[in-house]
Amino acid sequence: MTQSCPVTIMVNEKEYKREVEPRLLLSDFLRHELGLTGTHVGCEHGVCGACTILFDGESARSCLMFAVQADGHKVTTVEGLAKDKDNLHPLQQSFWEAHGLQCGYCTPGILMTLIPFLKQNPDPSEDEIRHALSGNLCRCTGYQHIVDAVKLAAEKMK
Amino acid sequence: MKPAPFEYHVPDSLDQALNLMSQHAGVAKILAGGQSLVPAMNFRVAQPSVLIDLNRVLELGFIHEESARMRVGAMTRERHLEFDSSIARRIPLLTEATPFIAHPQIRNRGTIGGSLVNADPAAELPVLMLALDARLKAENISGERWINARDFFVGMFTTALEPDEILVEIEIPFMQARTGWSFMEVAPRAGDYALMGVAAQVTLDENGKCEQAKLVYLNAGEGPVDAKEAARLLVGEPVNDTLIQAAAEHASEKEINPFGNVHASADFQRHLANVLTQKALKLATQRAEENLQ
Repeated sequence: MTQSCPVTIMVNEKEYKREVEPRLLLSDFLRHELGLTGTHVGCEHGVCGACTILFDGESARSCLMFAVQADGHKVTTVEGLAKDKDNLHPLQQSFWEAHGLQCGYCTPGILMTLIPFLKQNPDPSEDEIRHALSGNLCRCTGYQHIVDAVKLAAEKMK
Repeated sequence: MKPAPFEYHVPDSLDQALNLMSQHAGVAKILAGGQSLVPAMNFRVAQPSVLIDLNRVLELGFIHEESARMRVGAMTRERHLEFDSSIARRIPLLTEATPFIAHPQIRNRGTIGGSLVNADPAAELPVLMLALDARLKAENISGERWINARDFFVGMFTTALEPDEILVEIEIPFMQARTGWSFMEVAPRAGDYALMGVAAQVTLDENGKCEQAKLVYLNAGEGPVDAKEAARLLVGEPVNDTLIQAAAEHASEKEINPFGNVHASADFQRHLANVLTQKALKLATQRAEENLQ
């Protein structure tokens, strides 16, 4: 018999109530149950960082959590960053302007990693930026433009 | 890559968790931070039929400073260890080493207890607990017992815990006076599993001679490897380059037993151990000398 657990999860300030099987990963819950496909799934074992979200405001891998664990918690995904499609978050705007993405697969995870990083470290050095990005794999850019985008974002967000 | 089905329990007190563990002893897995268990479940390398999630047992998340030791709850996140000011003051080796554990995204979830019970020979925390002479408290429904870190890690991914026991607390003595420390590792990229790593401590007597030394290695055998003989070479002497070289050579050639992997041969791991030991001992000694003044 399949166990089913009721959950109430606040995602991007909106409350969702669902019934989930305990083995459902939070990443799959966001994508398949809520249709929030901005959270990307790469390796599904915590290495690539594409599925990074904010869990109660702190960055975490959504593929390494079960949706049932998020019951009563707050989740922020990349969809929660921009006010609307004409008003990108300054971090997103910086990625646009500095060409911080090519295929874009890794971008949501990178953005969600950087939100708490820039909050903690509003004026980061290049070394610190590269270190902060070490948990997110990008196979297109070679990181140079991503680093530029983070520098630009730090300026904008001051 | 999806986990196999399991029966899920989410106790909100330690008593409940212990009861569940006794009912499901041998088949249940504890879910702590999930940063090693969940990948293993996604790969279906691990297929526990019962999962007991400790993330709502809030009483297991704490860092308390006592008169000569820190007491840390098993569910304390690695990120909290990293930024705790009492730990930074009392056990700076731990503060220095914590940022080497994977990435912030992992440390936000990963717990000290989870890492210790997982007993990965390449992990940092088991090495640190051995280097710091920590004691670990295990509980089951009939009581509690304390296990010294050196008796806790019995093999690769294997600990001294019984199937119905839960690791609940870790007690770490303050670092002693006149003691210097260093943690160093080499990884292909920041946050990756290290190819080799060492935690070093040097305690000097009032005359500047080595009173006690400690060298513990990661990814150097079936568990954290305590190079006691190499450390003993330093004791009773003023620490100089010749002694440091001798200790590094002894530890890397005689005491560690690295297996080699796709990134590094066993020989290269031994070479790294030699170089890291020399660097770490120099820094630890220098810090101990600063603490003498």
